[in-house]
Amino acid sequence: MNSGVVTLFKLAVLAGLMLFPAIGSSFYVELVAKILVMAIFAMSLALLVGFTGLVSLGHAAYFGIAAYTVALIAPEYEAANLWFVLAASVLAAGAAAFFVGLFVLRTKGIYFIMVTLAFAQMAYYIFHDTALGRSSDGIYLNVKPDASLFGWTPFSLDDPAQLYYFILAAMAAVFVLLSFVLRSPFGRVLAGIHSNEHRMKSLGYATFRYKLAAFTLAGALAGVAGFLYAVLFGFVTPEYLSWHQSGNVLLMVILGGLGSLAGAVAGAFAFIGLQEMFSDWTKHWQLLMGLVIVAAVLFMPTGLAGLPRRIFRTVNWGEDDE
Amino acid sequence: MDFTSFLIQILNALQYGLLLFLVASGLTLVFGIMGIINLAHGSFYMIGAYLAFALSSLTGNLMLAIVLGIPLAFGFGALLERLLFVHLYKRDHLQQVLLTYGLILIFEELRSLTVGDDVHGVAIPELFSASIALSENLSYPVYRLVISVVCIALAAGLWWLMQRTRLGMMIRAGSFNREMVQSLGVNIDMLYRTVFALGVALAALAGMLAAPISSVYPGMGGNVLIISFVVVVIGGIGSVWGALVAALLVGFADTFGTVLMPDLAGLAVYLLMAVVLLWRPEGIFRKG
Amino acid sequence: MVGKDRKLRLAVSALGLGLGMLLAQGAAEAADKVKVGLMLPYTGTYASLGNAITNGFKQYVAEQGGKLGGREVEYFVVDDESDAAKATENANKLVKRDNVDVLVGTVHSGVALAMAKVARDSKTLLIIPNAGADELTGPLCAANVFRTSFSAWQPAHAMGKVVAERGHKNVVTLSWKYSFGEQSVAGFKEAFEQAGGKVVKELYLPFPNVEFQPFLTEIANLKPDAVFVFFSGAGAAKFVKDYEASGLKANLPLYAPGFLTDGTLDAMGGAGEGLLTTLHYADGLDNAKEKAFRSGYVAAYKIQPDVFAVQGYDSAQLLAAGLSKAPAGAFDKEAVMNAMSAATIDSPRGAFTLSKANNPVQDIYLRKAEGSQNKVIGVAAAKLADPARGCKLMK
Repeated sequence: MNSGVVTLFKLAVLAGLMLFPAIGSSFYVELVAKILVMAIFAMSLALLVGFTGLVSLGHAAYFGIAAYTVALIAPEYEAANLWFVLAASVLAAGAAAFFVGLFVLRTKGIYFIMVTLAFAQMAYYIFHDTALGRSSDGIYLNVKPDASLFGWTPFSLDDPAQLYYFILAAMAAVFVLLSFVLRSPFGRVLAGIHSNEHRMKSLGYATFRYKLAAFTLAGALAGVAGFLYAVLFGFVTPEYLSWHQSGNVLLMVILGGLGSLAGAVAGAFAFIGLQEMFSDWTKHWQLLMGLVIVAAVLFMPTGLAGLPRRIFRTVNWGEDDE
Repeated sequence: MDFTSFLIQILNALQYGLLLFLVASGLTLVFGIMGIINLAHGSFYMIGAYLAFALSSLTGNLMLAIVLGIPLAFGFGALLERLLFVHLYKRDHLQQVLLTYGLILIFEELRSLTVGDDVHGVAIPELFSASIALSENLSYPVYRLVISVVCIALAAGLWWLMQRTRLGMMIRAGSFNREMVQSLGVNIDMLYRTVFALGVALAALAGMLAAPISSVYPGMGGNVLIISFVVVVIGGIGSVWGALVAALLVGFADTFGTVLMPDLAGLAVYLLMAVVLLWRPEGIFRKG
Repeated sequence: MVGKDRKLRLAVSALGLGLGMLLAQGAAEAADKVKVGLMLPYTGTYASLGNAITNGFKQYVAEQGGKLGGREVEYFVVDDESDAAKATENANKLVKRDNVDVLVGTVHSGVALAMAKVARDSKTLLIIPNAGADELTGPLCAANVFRTSFSAWQPAHAMGKVVAERGHKNVVTLSWKYSFGEQSVAGFKEAFEQAGGKVVKELYLPFPNVEFQPFLTEIANLKPDAVFVFFSGAGAAKFVKDYEASGLKANLPLYAPGFLTDGTLDAMGGAGEGLLTTLHYADGLDNAKEKAFRSGYVAAYKIQPDVFAVQGYDSAQLLAAGLSKAPAGAFDKEAVMNAMSAATIDSPRGAFTLSKANNPVQDIYLRKAEGSQNKVIGVAAAKLADPARGCKLMK
C-alpha cells in the first residue's frame, strides 16, 4: 500500500462528502455534519493523544466553553456576526486551555488523565451551577450567525446545505492546518516529546512550552468544533462539558487509531455510525457499544487506521508504506 | 453558625471524608500498584450496593449480606483480572481508559437487564438503627458512626497489610519493579490478581456499606467515580495515607464550602484540588 | 418477435398497474395512520419513568383498539438517555428522518428544551408528558407545544399556600441547584410569602450530590417552623432517610412537591411515613376513570401505575381528542392543534383543560404518605393554572 493509494482514497472520501447533500435527506445531511464537527473535535484531541502523548480526559471542557461563548455573547433575537463570534469562541476555548495547561502539564501519565478530568468537571460545574451558565437546562442560540464580511455576505448558515459545506470546509481546514503543524519543526518536537521527553529536555528543548502550545492549540481547535456544534443545533447545555463527552471523543480517537489525523476522522464516523446503528436495534444498545469497545481493545490495538495495514500484511499484498 | 453546630459540621466533614476514603482507597491501590487507570471503579461500587440489596433481601440481614458479598466481589475482581485486565499491563493508559469505559456501559446495562431501573432501599441493621442526640433538635444516626469506625479500621488494616506483611512487601516491591520481583521467584501474576481483586472488593464494600444510606439506583457509580478521582489526585497516586488525608480534606471542603460559600458549593472541591496541584503537582503524598 | 414484444409490454403494464395499486394502497394507509415519535429515556437514571410513560400511552391506544381518533398508530421510538448533548439530534431523527406527525417527550427538562426548539423550528406538534421546566409553557411557549404533566411552579405554588395555612411563619428551603429545583422554590416562595410567611433562607446543594448532613445541621441551627424541599428519585429517598435519622422529622414538618415521595416510598423504608406533599395525582382518588385506568394498567403490565403512567396515558388522550376532531385524510396539524387546545381531558387525575399556554389547568392534591401510597387528603389548589409568564400566547 503506497501513499498514492492513500491520497487517492482520502480524495475520494472528500469528493463523497462534497456530493452528499445532493443525495442525502435533510436528517442525514445534518447527521454527517455532526460527524464532521466531531471529527474536528477528535482531530484536536489526536494532536494531544496521538502525536504528543498527552492523554486528556477533559477535552470536552474546551468544546463546551466555545459553545457557551457563542450562545452567551450572541444577541437573543438577532444574528451575531459569524466571524466575530467564531473568533471569540475559539479564543475563549484556547485561553481556557492555556490556563488549565499551566496546571495540568506539570503532571504526567495517569495523573495527567485524572487532572484533566477534574478540571473539566470544574468547568462543567461553572456552567451548571453559577449564573454564568444562566440555566442548568441549557440555553438557545435562536438565530444562526450571519456570515457577512464588510457588507458582503458570501453564504448563509440558515441554509442547511450551506451550513454543511461551511462545516466541511472547516473540517478540511483543520485537517490541513494540523498536517502542516505536524510536519513543521514544532510538530517534530512534539513527536520527540511523545517518544522520549527526557531526551528532548536534555537536547535543550523547553518541553513544557511546547506541550503548553500544543495543549492550547488543541483546546482552540476543540473550540472550533464546539462553536460549530452550537451553531448546527442552536442549543447549548452543560452536558457538552460532561466527562462522557470527553470519553466519547477519546474513543473516537482510539477507535480510529493513534498517530493519524485521518484515523481520527474515521473514528468519528465509526463511533457515531455504530451508535446510530445499535440504538436503532435495541434499547439496550449501550451493552453492544460496551462489548464493541472491549473487543476493540483486546483484538484491534492499532485502531481502524491500522486495520488496512494489518489486512494487507496478512494477505501479503504489497510492502509496508513506512 | 454557633459553636455547637460548628462542631457538628466538623463531625459531618469527618464522616463524609472517611466514607470517601473507603471508596477511593481501592482506586488508589489499583492505580498506584498496578499502574492501571480504572474508570469502572464506580461500577464496582454500584455492583457492591446492588449485591447488598440482593443479598439482604435474600438473607434478611445486611451484615450477613456484607459477609457474603465481600468474597463474591473479590472473586469477581479476580475473574475480571484474569479475563481482561491481564491483557492491559503492557498496554498504555489509553487502552485502559477505553476498556474500563466500555465496562461501565456493560455493567450499567446488565444492571438494567437483571434488576431493572427502580430505586430500591436497603434497611439499616436493627442493631445500629438508633440515633444519638447532639443538640436540642439534632441527632446523629449510629449507623453513620459505625461506617466511620469501619473506615478507620480499614485504613489501619490496609496500612498494616502494606507495611507489615510479607504480601504487602511483595506488592510494594512489585509496583516498583515487576520483572525483578518475578525473578526473585514471586508469582507476580497472582500478586497482581490479588491486588486488583482487593481493589474491587474495597469498592464493593463501600457500596454495600453506603447502600442503606444512599439507596441503590441506576447511575449511582458515575457520581462516585469523579469524586474518587479527585481524592486520589489530591492525595497522590498509590498512597493509602494520601487518600485518607485527601478524603478528609475533600470532606471538609465540601461541608464548609456548602455552609460558607453556597453559591460556589459545587466548585469548592475542585478549587481545593487546583490549590493543592499548584503547591504539589503530583499530590500531597507523592509515591516513589 | 412481435409476440414476445407484446408479452413484455403486457407484463410491464401489469407490473406498473400492480405497483400503482400498491402505491395507492400505501397512500390510503398513510392517510389513516398517525406517526407518533416517542422520545423518552429508556436507559439511565430516568429509565423507569420513560417506561411508565410509554406504558401509559400504549395502554390508552390499546383501549381504543390500536387507534387514536380513528387512525392506526405507528410508533417510532428513540432513547434520549436523558442526555441533553444529544437531544437535538435525537429529536431531528424523529422529525426529519421518520417524518413523525407528533413528537412525544420527555422527562429531563434540558432534553425537553432542545425538543421544544426542534418542534418550534420544524413546526412539529410536541406533547410533553413530564418535563416541568416553567419556560416550556412560559417564555418558550408555542401553539404547537403542549404539556400534559405540570409546570415546576404548580405543585410548589400550591404547597406555599398549604404551608401558610397550616400556621408556619418561617421556612427554610433546600433543593438541588438546578433549574427545576430553583423554579420549585420560587413557586413556593411566591405563594407562601403572599400568604404572609417568610422564607428565611434558600439552601442549595450541587446536583446530583446527596451529602445532606451539612444542610441538616444548618437547618437545625436556623430553627425554622418548617422545611420545604425539592428532590426526586434516589436523592429524595436518601434525603428523607437522612432527615428522619437526624431527628429533624419529629420536630420540623417537612413539605415538598410530590416528586419527593413518588416511586420512592418503598426505598425510604418507612422514613417517609406521614409526609405531606402536593401533586396533580394521588393514590386513592375516587373517580371512575382512575379505577378503570388502574385495573387496566395492572392487567396489562402487572405493576401499579404511577403519576408518570398517567401523564403518558393523558398524552395519548390529548392526541386522540385532537385527531377525532380533525378531518379524515392527510394529517391536518392546525385542526388537531386547535382541537387539542380546546379539549377537556377525562384524566385518572380528574378532568383537566389546557391554559392558553397549553399547560394543564388542574387540581393540585394534598397527599399524605401512608405505607407505600401517597393518599389524597384534600385539594391544595383547585383548577390551578400556571401564570405562564413571558408567554406570547397568553394575550
